Amino acid sequence: MMIELTEDTLNPEKITELVRRDTNGSVITFLGTTRDNFEGKTVLTLEYEAFDEMAVKKLEEVRQELMAEFGLEQVAISHRIGTVGIGEISLVVAIGSPHRKEGFNACQKAVDRIKEVIPIWKKEVYQDGSRWVACEDHEFSPEQASGQGHSH
Amino acid sequence: MELNVRLFALYRERAGKNIVTVAVADGATVSDLTDEVRRQIPNLAPPGVKIVVAVNTDYADSEVVLQPGDDVCLIPPVSGG
Repeated sequence: MMIELTEDTLNPEKITELVRRDTNGSVITFLGTTRDNFEGKTVLTLEYEAFDEMAVKKLEEVRQELMAEFGLEQVAISHRIGTVGIGEISLVVAIGSPHRKEGFNACQKAVDRIKEVIPIWKKEVYQDGSRWVACEDHEFSPEQASGQGHSH
Repeated sequence: MELNVRLFALYRERAGKNIVTVAVADGATVSDLTDEVRRQIPNLAPPGVKIVVAVNTDYADSEVVLQPGDDVCLIPPVSGG
């Protein structure tokens, strides 16, 4: 499956295998992993929530955009939701392409677009509370006024 | 018309519920709907912050006209990845 939203542990090798072809000379796999700190605070765990139907639809749109823009045929994206422990993989983007350059470029764009438009939210849980990531960071920024325009 | 508006993540927690029922006039726009939601749940988002809305699983501009039965969701700032 080229697009996946799952509560299960992500298997990057399996996802990478989806985009391998004998016609491709390059495979780029990006792993997003959960970080154990935020501004000096220890993060105990992360909780991901998604608007499932829309997230899957928008992930497929991003995938189609990338394939059109970079002339690719193999793009696979898996995002984990639910409770994710520290140091685990929350996102896998795998891009197979005839040559490396479009693969690297497409991979960077894929992750940027995912962070901009996919309705998925991440909550950092601390010893003494929790925080929806991006909300406090971006809620007061002017570009938010034009929609989901912020980036990380 | 009455619309059942779904809330996620930060908005769900601030509202204390995952669905809010909102009554708007026929021909109401997304912007009319968010005005009404703000009246019902004043702490949902600070006044200067635009509330992003999805209608039928696509982002909808403020001038989009709502139809009875539309699937309307409020989308707080996203943070996937």
